[in-house]
Amino acid sequence: MMTVQSRPLPMRPRVRPGGLLPILAILGVLLVLVAVRQPDFFAPPSLMSFLGRSAPIILLAAGQYFVIVSGEFDLSIGSLVTAQAVIAARLIDGEPARTWPVVLLLLGCGALVGLVNGLITTRLRVPSFITTLGMFLILVGAVYYWSDGAPKGALSEEFRRFGRRAVEDVPLLGRIPYALLVLLALGALAVLVARSDFGRTLVAVGDNPRTAELSGVRVWRHRTIAFVLSGVAAAVAAILLGGYSGVSFQAGAGLEFAAITAVVLGGVALGGGRGSVAGAMLGALTLELLLALMNFYGVSGALRSTVQGAIILLAVALSASRSPSR
Amino acid sequence: MAALAAVTLLSLAACATDEPAASPSGSPTASAAGTGEQSKFFVRADYEAELALLDAAPTGPADKPWEQALNPTMVETAKFKRRGPHKLCFSNAALNNPWRQVGFKTMQAEVEAQRSRIREFVHVDAEGKDQKQIADINDLLGKGCDALVVSPNTTATLTPAVEAACKAGLPVVVFDRGVNTSCPVTFINPIGGYGFGHVGAEFVSQRMKRGGKLLALRILPGVDVLETRWSAAKVAFDKANVDVVGVEFTDGDPAKTKKIVNDYLQRYGTIDGVWMDAGAVAVAAVEAFQDAGRPVPPINGEDQLDFLRIWKQAGLTAIAPTYPTYQWRTPIIAALRILDGQPVANPWKLPQPTITQENLDRYLDPDLPPLHYAMCGCTDLPGYPRRWK
Amino acid sequence: MSAQSLLPARWPVPGVFVALVLTVAIGGLVVAVDGGQLFHQATVVSLLHVAAGLGLVAVGQTLVIVGGSLDLSVAYLISLSTLVAAETMNGSDGAVLPAVGLALTVSAGVGLLNGLLVTRFRINAFIATLGVGLLLKGYLDNGYDGPAGVTAPTLVRTLGYQRIGPVPLSFLLLVAVTAAAWFTLARTRFGHHLVAVGGDPEVARLSGVRNDRVLVTAHVLCSLCAGLAGIYLASRLGAGAPRVGTEGLYDLESIAAVVLGGTALAGGRGGVAGTVGGVLLLASIDAIFNQLEVDAFFKQVIRGAVIIAAVAVYARRALRRGRS
Repeated sequence: MMTVQSRPLPMRPRVRPGGLLPILAILGVLLVLVAVRQPDFFAPPSLMSFLGRSAPIILLAAGQYFVIVSGEFDLSIGSLVTAQAVIAARLIDGEPARTWPVVLLLLGCGALVGLVNGLITTRLRVPSFITTLGMFLILVGAVYYWSDGAPKGALSEEFRRFGRRAVEDVPLLGRIPYALLVLLALGALAVLVARSDFGRTLVAVGDNPRTAELSGVRVWRHRTIAFVLSGVAAAVAAILLGGYSGVSFQAGAGLEFAAITAVVLGGVALGGGRGSVAGAMLGALTLELLLALMNFYGVSGALRSTVQGAIILLAVALSASRSPSR
Repeated sequence: MAALAAVTLLSLAACATDEPAASPSGSPTASAAGTGEQSKFFVRADYEAELALLDAAPTGPADKPWEQALNPTMVETAKFKRRGPHKLCFSNAALNNPWRQVGFKTMQAEVEAQRSRIREFVHVDAEGKDQKQIADINDLLGKGCDALVVSPNTTATLTPAVEAACKAGLPVVVFDRGVNTSCPVTFINPIGGYGFGHVGAEFVSQRMKRGGKLLALRILPGVDVLETRWSAAKVAFDKANVDVVGVEFTDGDPAKTKKIVNDYLQRYGTIDGVWMDAGAVAVAAVEAFQDAGRPVPPINGEDQLDFLRIWKQAGLTAIAPTYPTYQWRTPIIAALRILDGQPVANPWKLPQPTITQENLDRYLDPDLPPLHYAMCGCTDLPGYPRRWK
Repeated sequence: MSAQSLLPARWPVPGVFVALVLTVAIGGLVVAVDGGQLFHQATVVSLLHVAAGLGLVAVGQTLVIVGGSLDLSVAYLISLSTLVAAETMNGSDGAVLPAVGLALTVSAGVGLLNGLLVTRFRINAFIATLGVGLLLKGYLDNGYDGPAGVTAPTLVRTLGYQRIGPVPLSFLLLVAVTAAAWFTLARTRFGHHLVAVGGDPEVARLSGVRNDRVLVTAHVLCSLCAGLAGIYLASRLGAGAPRVGTEGLYDLESIAAVVLGGTALAGGRGGVAGTVGGVLLLASIDAIFNQLEVDAFFKQVIRGAVIIAAVAVYARRALRRGRS
């Protein structure tokens, strides 16, 4: 493992530079490739809509960052997104008046699932991989069971607005998707949280829980809060994603792996203790850009996973070789 | 080490096997032909036979399409005749999508409608796993079923298990996907594969701009019925000189679908037609055009109500070939006929009804949820519409 | 802790066997009340077949997890192995040996890749094996549009369907592989080193263990086990199937079985006997619910809860033992 810090924690936790360079470099290369092939991608309306549709995965990555940097995993977020989209459709059932109550309920549900994940992991000492894998099975099973295997009801237009519509007629930019506004607000909030005492302590917890414990940090409480943040991020992602594309059982499929990949691409170490939330969000943006790039270049549908896998391995290997500490 | 002891003990017991007598269980038609035209699933003879079936007149009651058969050849079933009421067993590939859910509810309703003749109905769900379905079928053989209905998860890989069931002596009815053996009493399915792909592709290519750009949206690679749909569509597009600019897999994920359509719109400026191998994400594709402020080009979907509703509401140029869920009624009817000793059609090809602009209103059932499949043939069954809600 | 982990992996009979006996007893009773029969021969044979497939993968997974690593690529590798085996045989009995050899060689190659990515390139095992899984997925998606190849009839007859009493040959294969893995882990130098690396890589390095080599070997062994599972599935299915591994959820289920069997996910502690117990427990739950015709989705909820609860119990025991 890493050399143990003798400095007292968390009074003056190390501020790591974040290691944003590799992810910025990769993002830069992809942007150049896009520019070569599809220059009009950078026209404001298309760029805005791209950022809007990428908002859910970026927020999931931000939530996942807090969990991963504290030394844990959250594999339940994909199933949480699916469950929430299905629940929202069934509860709203096309009634506009139910939109806001359901939105609040979803945020509450997200926090609750995060809390349960956190408490089982920290208090019952079940490795988070298992806790959240179990939660994944439970959520998927329960939501299928509850809805007899096919989503029912419908989302109201008011609910879908967040993920699908935009503020129109903005000077210069044309239109700004609501999802992008949500992303900007919550992204900024995530950066603030990560830079707060809580955020720094969380990194210290992930770096060396024992040292953190000895210096008076309540490790379990910090980690549990990290899971709650991840759950809330999943709730917001579910609202945006449900809005973007409507309700389906595929809404959240595979998002947990996508978010973890994004976080790692962004230079955050699995196992905790190193990385920045900005890196995690940039990682998610890079992943989304990669998918768009494959659409622009017309990479054969069946070969895409190979391209994606190779690029991920390459990028992570490169950034791993740049960090001498592990 | 108890295990080792058990092994020695067991090796004293007689050897036994569940494998069917060495019958040639190779994969015949599919891999043999290999026209190389697009995939090894394209077999020109099958393609032509299926297209011919599209125009064939069905035999059977006109108001009960689930009892109709196209160009049937009847097989004798006298040796399976038994006194009822019967115990029917059903090995189901999965219940993991709305199509299978609607179908299974329809089947349950059919069983209820035939309550006087069915003493017990056993259902086992293989959860989409070949390995589990093989075990399930083997397991059902020990349960005293009078007839076995199988909806295989995969064509080639379930063949040995189905052969073992045939060998056990009970009548086997296979539906939806087939198996590579002729041992079941009958195999029931609608035209579905080439026919489905052809009808959608022909409509789209006729309605779209000549020489225009078409985007093909597919669910997954490697699913045989979807492969045959695409290979038939490809023939139609080649014939009509359609420029197929992309063939993309959506994983049935509406968000991914919208992103793909969006990026293709950006890349080519315009998309003049959309073809889909299954209707699951048709609404997402339509929405992608709407959100981009573009007219929705000619498109095909399936008989899911959400698509039919957006079709009506947005006045789309659309068509919906169907792979009707009412085919889930037919195996129960067939099994009971077989147990009566009546001849049944084998293969039992059901017609493939198509929803068009003209008959669209007939299928817009306002009572049922958006992901319901309209072609369920379930309005006369017990529990309608509550059961399907 | 680290001193202990240099000792052979002796581990008291994991609670999973207690759970297994209880589950089977209670399940059998409930099924009997329901009018069914859990111990019907056909049911037992089915159960053991399902256990054999998952078990082969899970035993391999145990080795990497004990070493502090993880393999998420097994599901795709299994599919690949069924295809390599079935296509090479192409229905001819004469080609069984080359086919098995080729499938295992390919598997070992994938394991080597996994191992090198984890050790030489220092990529976290989670991402490394996820990435390799994606590489394989692309190959499978691109190259196959459905089942392909034909497994040799002899292999179908023997490994696929032959049984002795109620015990399928494939389950005996699992028993043999488990015994070999147990021996490797508990009685060989490599095994001791693997446990040491999983327990504390730094201490292991300082005491002269060549961590990288040990981990690469573990990954190769894990992939060989997955390859073997693929060969078994090819004989069971009679063909190669490009989706069989992912549809069977062999990646996550194998990890669940390992953890149910009492192996610590963090590495350094555990064994293959417990894993087989975990596999049998999962298969028994399956069989019982099958008999009771419980909804598959509800079953998934139960599975999730069982996995979490079981590991919570282990954690409690470990904690108590640690304190005493």
